[in-house]
Amino acid sequence: MAALKQWAGAAVAAPLEWIARALDAPLRLWQRVAGRGGMIAFFLAPNMAIFGIFVLLPLVINVAYSTTTGGALFLSERRFVGLDQYRRLLTCDDYSDLLTCQEDQFWTALTNTGTFVVLQVSLLIAIATATALILNRSLRARGFWRAVFFFPVLLSPVVVGLIWRWILDRNGVLNAALAGMGLDPVNWLLERNWAFAAAIGVTIWAHLGFYALILLAGLQAIPRDLYEAAEMDGTPPARVFWRITLPLLMPNMLVVIVLALIRAVQVFDEAFVLTGGGPGTATLFLTQYIYEVGFASLLKNPGLASAASILMGSILIVLTLAQLGLGRWNERRGGKK
Amino acid sequence: MSRAAAFLTRRRGGAGWHWTDVVTFLWLGAGLVIIFGPALWLVLSSFKSPAQLSEFPPTLLPYEARTVEVPGYDRPLPLYIVTDEGGTRTLAEVRRVGTVAQMVDPEAPDEVQRIDIANRTPVRAVGFSWSNYLDPFLRFDFLNYTRNSVFVTGMATLITLLTNSMAAFALSKYEFRGRGAVLVLIVATLMIPLSVILVPLYSIIAGVGLVNTLWGVILPTVATPTGVFLLRQYMLTIPDELLEAARMDHASEWQIYWRIVLPLTAPALAVLAIFSVVWRWNDFLWPLIVLSRQEVYTLQVGLNAYAGELNVQWHYLLAMTVITMVPVVLVFVFLQRFITAGIAGTGLK
Repeated sequence: MAALKQWAGAAVAAPLEWIARALDAPLRLWQRVAGRGGMIAFFLAPNMAIFGIFVLLPLVINVAYSTTTGGALFLSERRFVGLDQYRRLLTCDDYSDLLTCQEDQFWTALTNTGTFVVLQVSLLIAIATATALILNRSLRARGFWRAVFFFPVLLSPVVVGLIWRWILDRNGVLNAALAGMGLDPVNWLLERNWAFAAAIGVTIWAHLGFYALILLAGLQAIPRDLYEAAEMDGTPPARVFWRITLPLLMPNMLVVIVLALIRAVQVFDEAFVLTGGGPGTATLFLTQYIYEVGFASLLKNPGLASAASILMGSILIVLTLAQLGLGRWNERRGGKK
Repeated sequence: MSRAAAFLTRRRGGAGWHWTDVVTFLWLGAGLVIIFGPALWLVLSSFKSPAQLSEFPPTLLPYEARTVEVPGYDRPLPLYIVTDEGGTRTLAEVRRVGTVAQMVDPEAPDEVQRIDIANRTPVRAVGFSWSNYLDPFLRFDFLNYTRNSVFVTGMATLITLLTNSMAAFALSKYEFRGRGAVLVLIVATLMIPLSVILVPLYSIIAGVGLVNTLWGVILPTVATPTGVFLLRQYMLTIPDELLEAARMDHASEWQIYWRIVLPLTAPALAVLAIFSVVWRWNDFLWPLIVLSRQEVYTLQVGLNAYAGELNVQWHYLLAMTVITMVPVVLVFVFLQRFITAGIAGTGLK
């Protein structure tokens, strides 16, 4: 095994070593001509070029893109329409009835995503906190248990979606279990509320371990003697949790809440593979709306998709700024004590 | 079994059970079942034949119908246990018409009996349908999808390691004007998710002619801000005296990067490599958009397309889902602690 590892390492390293050696002479020349500044530019160039072309440039183009219309892909061939796309997304005849909106699908996706974010994040945080607290007890084989909860985090969203589609199938194992207990089978993925609940449950299943891990790291950083002091004073456990554990866990808790919020706003792949947005539009979320409008539907409207994605981006920016603000506030409050 | 139970219920210092111990025990037990149960069920199901998959309620283990060679018939015949007024006996099915099956006794193959199918049950033994795994590779394009996925994962990881480490080197070992600005820019884009730039990114990929190519999938993903950030934090801990000493010996800057800094960054590079492999192997939304021709599909896109067909062939789909899961499970089993240490340390994902 060790020999194999060494051999595999050498097989990868040898050609790289050869390339690096071949590059040395021209780069030495470049260093002489352009100086240290030239070398800095050389080291930064590949990453920043890819970064600029595939992250920053699209970001800038997106703003321009959202003010154009038509089916053409390239910005230069598109017709400028100002804020029409935003108007189309946001206009409703009667805001109490979302079916009167021009883009009622967008509003469905928006309200679905809102409901999803509130329910999924609160449940996820509650379960992750409970899991972290339990993993922080003096357990036998804590590493093993931590790994158990972490396992689904590594699975691909497609695999997660398919595993659960198979379990929640009309003739799946969950319905067999229900039938075994004498209960009526449920059409999990074909009933609106159950499908929505399934999307929440499955995404929690997939991400729980990640958040529990960050919270656990925070719990383990809390000094033991605080708990010992509380025990000596005979403080009840609930009070210990609210007065010691939670305040000291706050920095990690904030990170977890904001990461969970940001990811919940973008929910797409697990839910898409699980339900395809259905039944009807019961689990249509914002990212899927952007994908459908921009790429998948027959009447593609990239300008509209781009406007929707900018609205989604602004929601994310607000959430990120809220995190920064809350973090500052929490620090200041901690400093005063 | 009782020893296992004794081991599990043993308490440190022989103390009694507190209610929190019970909660812990239940929580962990439920976690184990809910988390590994579905994956295990997937693996067990993936070995079942189509007929078995449509059974309700399902059996836990995959079974295969037992067959027998009967003289006078050129293919093996499935065996059944028949119970009717003629007693209980084992017969082989020749043919089935409606609810009546024509069956023969393997010992006396000349006499064909007509049996009501309500009176018989198939003879089965635990058996695995390996064809679920073989057919998709031989008859469909899954070999191709796997090759594409391996190429994307490997190439993207290599480029990520190279470009990110070069940038991290420049940002940690040199003082220059604008360094702070570059860092802020990189950290700020941590917050820009793919779904916000989908449409314009696609137009750029189309502009450089990379739609429906694997490079179109690879390039936008390789300049990961998390990678630069992680490597830079690690490189900051390498003492500058080492670099100065090398410069005294007339080492070029490239040699310093290649021969000194890179080998010392190996642990952080390993963590980034593991992350990158898992990320790229699992990528779905971007490949789904860039790749629309079947011959360039990655496994994830291929699986999704296969699951979206009108008549889902679950026996193939489940087997291919297991195949797609295998590399990640290997990473989990052997490298899990590096990842958890990486996340706990930096909060990156």
